[in-house]
Amino acid sequence: MDIRFRNESFTDKLFTIVNALFITVLFISVLYPIIYIVSASFSDSQAVVSGEVWLWPVRPSLEGYTAVLDYKMVWTGFKNSVIYTVAGTAVNVAMTVLAAYPLSRKDFYGKNVFMFLFMFTTMFTGGLIPNYLLVRELHMLDTVWSMIIPTALTVWNVIIARTYFQMSIPDELLEAAQLDGCNDFQFVWKIVIRLSGPILAVITLYYAAANWNQYFNAMIYLKSQHMYPLQLVLKDILVKNDVDVAMLSGDPMDAARREALKTLLKYSLIVISTVPLLVVYPFVQKYLVKGVMIGSLKG
Amino acid sequence: MIRGWQLYVLMALPFAYLIIFKYVPMYGAQIAFKNFIVTKGIWGSAWVGLDHFSRFIHSYDFTRILGNTLLLSFYNLLAGFPFPILLALGLNYLRSRSYRKVVQMVTYAPHFISIVVIVGIVKELLDPRIGIVNKLLDVFGIAPINFMGEISMFSSIYVWSDVWQHAGFNCIIFIAALAAIDPALHEAAVVDGASKFRRMWHIDLPGIMPMAIILLILNTGHILDVGFEKVLLLQNPINLKASEIIDTYVYKVGLTAQVANYSYSTAIGLFKSVINLALLLAVNKLAQKTKQASLW
Repeated sequence: MDIRFRNESFTDKLFTIVNALFITVLFISVLYPIIYIVSASFSDSQAVVSGEVWLWPVRPSLEGYTAVLDYKMVWTGFKNSVIYTVAGTAVNVAMTVLAAYPLSRKDFYGKNVFMFLFMFTTMFTGGLIPNYLLVRELHMLDTVWSMIIPTALTVWNVIIARTYFQMSIPDELLEAAQLDGCNDFQFVWKIVIRLSGPILAVITLYYAAANWNQYFNAMIYLKSQHMYPLQLVLKDILVKNDVDVAMLSGDPMDAARREALKTLLKYSLIVISTVPLLVVYPFVQKYLVKGVMIGSLKG
Repeated sequence: MIRGWQLYVLMALPFAYLIIFKYVPMYGAQIAFKNFIVTKGIWGSAWVGLDHFSRFIHSYDFTRILGNTLLLSFYNLLAGFPFPILLALGLNYLRSRSYRKVVQMVTYAPHFISIVVIVGIVKELLDPRIGIVNKLLDVFGIAPINFMGEISMFSSIYVWSDVWQHAGFNCIIFIAALAAIDPALHEAAVVDGASKFRRMWHIDLPGIMPMAIILLILNTGHILDVGFEKVLLLQNPINLKASEIIDTYVYKVGLTAQVANYSYSTAIGLFKSVINLALLLAVNKLAQKTKQASLW
């Protein structure tokens, strides 16, 4: 490491400076929209629509957040999303471990056939309509199951977990355990999952993010509004600009004020809906590199 | 085989899932060759051969939809490819470790934001009246642009918001590849008087090229899988001319049309899947031939 930075020539210094500038420009272009949105969400609604907010909150207020609090659909959606995410992710991780462990064993007869059957589904799918018809045939439309079962497994995560098991759980460990009378079930439960913390953290984050962010399946499988996950509620408000003004605070307000509050509500919603993941993310971040690296290895 | 029965028990549930939710729909895709009538079921409906396919290929929308799909995906591939590499190379030569950590942490994060929220952010920031982008343009004396209402802007909005969201996360893999490069190469180059730029150009860049090529192959295989959900959310009646892609068309024909046409919609989806599969196999073959890294 030292040798790289000692006695830098002029061109090297220039390179270092240009490089630092380049990274800073990229950094700011990613960071600025985020800061702007958070600042706007904590500003006064008039300040947001009249364009006074540039960087930090102007006339700080929690107006937007109280508007969100009053918006009932958001809370139903939030509650549903938590249920779908927790239940869905539990199923996801369990199924992934169940599939990945046998595939990681050298002595699993028929391993290549199973691998091919898994891999093939990443290259070719039946398509939207056959999937929809299947879910309908199974009478899962408009039930919680349609949010959990059709997405129970992601092949890519199975590959990641399998590769990790292969690399980090030595055959000798299995042999020793078997000598002690441990069967495969016990081995998975007592040893494999306890030695696989980092990879389980990574796939849990991937699945949880996917479940939390899921809106398309909800859109085609769910009919009842009271079952809508947060993302579907957000879609109406953020994308279709379909804000139920009656749900905004009960005070009589003039039209301009309501329009301003509508905009502010969106910024606050963007922040609130993203917070749960951003809370989990720093804890898992250190494992991400490992997960990505393992995923990139050949199957 | 008998001795390992417990492994099969472990595999039973995931395997059942795979068969039911992945392979049964593939079987169901045969309705693309039939006139599917719900009451008759998949098996009972009459065969019509390739009628639905030829109807799609000869339809008025075909050229435009295929064109949009290809344009969006190639644009996305070309714009999205260099940024993670540049970011990784840049981070690698950053002096301050802590600054590097901060940049990484912040640039990874948007990857986990939902598409609905990303589209919401894009729409708020690009708003012609109160969006920050137009306010910034105003500072430079540029008249406000109604981004979402400009047909020609659609592909750029789609692609650059994607780069914004994923460049950071996609660079992880290149950072890891850079860390795996033998430091002795750098030391030797320094002894020979190579500048940092030359080292980056002649050591780091070739070092991560195999990884880059694998990723390029992978992405080419999914060239027609443009981010369907995002396109659907970004669509509005004005930009539809530029934003209708195969997947959104499949969705509309099959699920939201007044008279849902399951067979026609399935045929269009199948058309896409087959081309994707063929491309993936072809590109991989090419990669093997040229003795580059290949997938299998």
